[in-house]
Amino acid sequence: MSCEIRVDGLVKRFGDQTVLDGIDLCLQPGERVAIIGPSGTGKSTLLRCLNYLDRPDAGHIRLGDLDIDAAKASSADVLALRRRTSFVFQNYALFANKTARENIMEGLTVVRGWPKAKAGARADEILAQIGLSDRGDSYPVNLSGGQQQRVGIGRAMALHADLMLFDEPTSALDPEWVGEVLDLIRQIADGRQTMLIVTHEMQFAREIADRIIFMEGGRIVEQGPPEQIFGAAQDERTRAFLRRVG
Amino acid sequence: MRPLDIAYMGNMLPVIASYIPLTLFMAVVGMVLALVLAAVFAVVRVLRVPIIDRVVAVFISFFRGTPLLVQLFLFYYGLPQLFPSLTSLDGVTAAIIGLTLHFAAYMAESIRGAILGVDRSQWEAASSIGMTQGQVLRRIILPQAARVAAPTLMNYFIDMIKSTSLAFTLGVTEMMGAAQKEAAGSFLYLEAFLVVALFYWAIVEILSVGQRWIERHLGRAVAR
Ligand SMILES: Nc1ncnc2c1ncn2[C@@H]1O[C@H](COP(=O)(O)OP(=O)(O)O)[C@@H](O)[C@H]1O
Ligand SMILES: [Mg+2]
Repeated sequence: MSCEIRVDGLVKRFGDQTVLDGIDLCLQPGERVAIIGPSGTGKSTLLRCLNYLDRPDAGHIRLGDLDIDAAKASSADVLALRRRTSFVFQNYALFANKTARENIMEGLTVVRGWPKAKAGARADEILAQIGLSDRGDSYPVNLSGGQQQRVGIGRAMALHADLMLFDEPTSALDPEWVGEVLDLIRQIADGRQTMLIVTHEMQFAREIADRIIFMEGGRIVEQGPPEQIFGAAQDERTRAFLRRVG
Repeated sequence: MRPLDIAYMGNMLPVIASYIPLTLFMAVVGMVLALVLAAVFAVVRVLRVPIIDRVVAVFISFFRGTPLLVQLFLFYYGLPQLFPSLTSLDGVTAAIIGLTLHFAAYMAESIRGAILGVDRSQWEAASSIGMTQGQVLRRIILPQAARVAAPTLMNYFIDMIKSTSLAFTLGVTEMMGAAQKEAAGSFLYLEAFLVVALFYWAIVEILSVGQRWIERHLGRAVAR
């Protein structure tokens, strides 16, 4: 089994609370994995550790030829990992001082070192893809929640990351905007982008994911194809959770 | 009570006006240097750079905790005794150094506050796409902090213009020094100092109009 991304024994503590308690993970190229589970269980922390927004205390992260020992990652390791993983935030977190188009260009010009013209052309392609060609010059404050999140996704898409991380991308949205954002993520999933998505949209997870991971208490309790998890979960904790949300 | 000598005041106008460039020169150079220094201080403090952070904290505390006049005297009269090579330090240079350090200390604190006021998610989003800490600061955080700090910094600039008048105590003939000399010759202290006061007032008023314009302009582009 070839893993594009492999995580071994990832541990994260906040003070004396162990939030991630030895996470192992293997993602195949093009695999789309949804993480579900009660809140406060470490789902966001797992994603954040994979982008080093939180620094794991122990474990290994392997991504292509990059092999990071969490306990002693150098800042060069961290930058390299971030260049290969992109993050979509629950609250969009668009750069407030940049237009939609500039938000998408920023990683290309500053991090990838692309010339402005090339990055601008790429940003225009992405704006078209996310359906915001006419809003490229708008600042985040002038966009709706749904539009902001689509730009947030566009900003992450621009990086062509090996792994895209989505942390509850629709949880902060008014219900009227959820559909358009899910449609966009579905479109990206259809392109077989390797992704890890934390979501409470069970129906959506079932549709797009190759695999569902159920987490509780900082551990992976159970994982498998959607029909297995949603239809015939083995672990009582999984079944209890699904009954609660279902 | 004697009437104001309006004709005398009229004659004084061009005399005092001819010193406006020097006053503005000291204020503008001082402000530019102070801004750069303050931004560096603020970043050092926000990033908690080891050791340097402590040095900067003490520096800021000293320059906020002592009067500007005392600092100017220290630089102009005191330092040359310590470093004889500084005897050639002229009053204008000493005034600019003093104004720079004094105002940098205050401005560093407002810039620091403005940086800390930028939402944490902005740091995270910029870091997540692989920017270095310096890039995050320069491209995302400082521009947003600048917008927040701009009105305060503008007030410091106005304050700095008025404070250049202290340079006359270092033997510099700027607007205040010129008025002092005029008055010493004519004994018309009221007229001389009234004219110079009116000049400062006018300069500050003009700047306040500019300040409101800039704020409206910055506010238009983005809000947080
Ligand atoms: N920066 C932090 N400092 C302290 N505790 C944190 C921090 N971030 C998360 N936690 C704690 O870690 C636990 C897991 O949080 P999180 O990963 O956000 O859970 P989930 O995304 O599954 O809801 C929670 O108990 C939360 O309070
Ligand atoms: Mg979460």
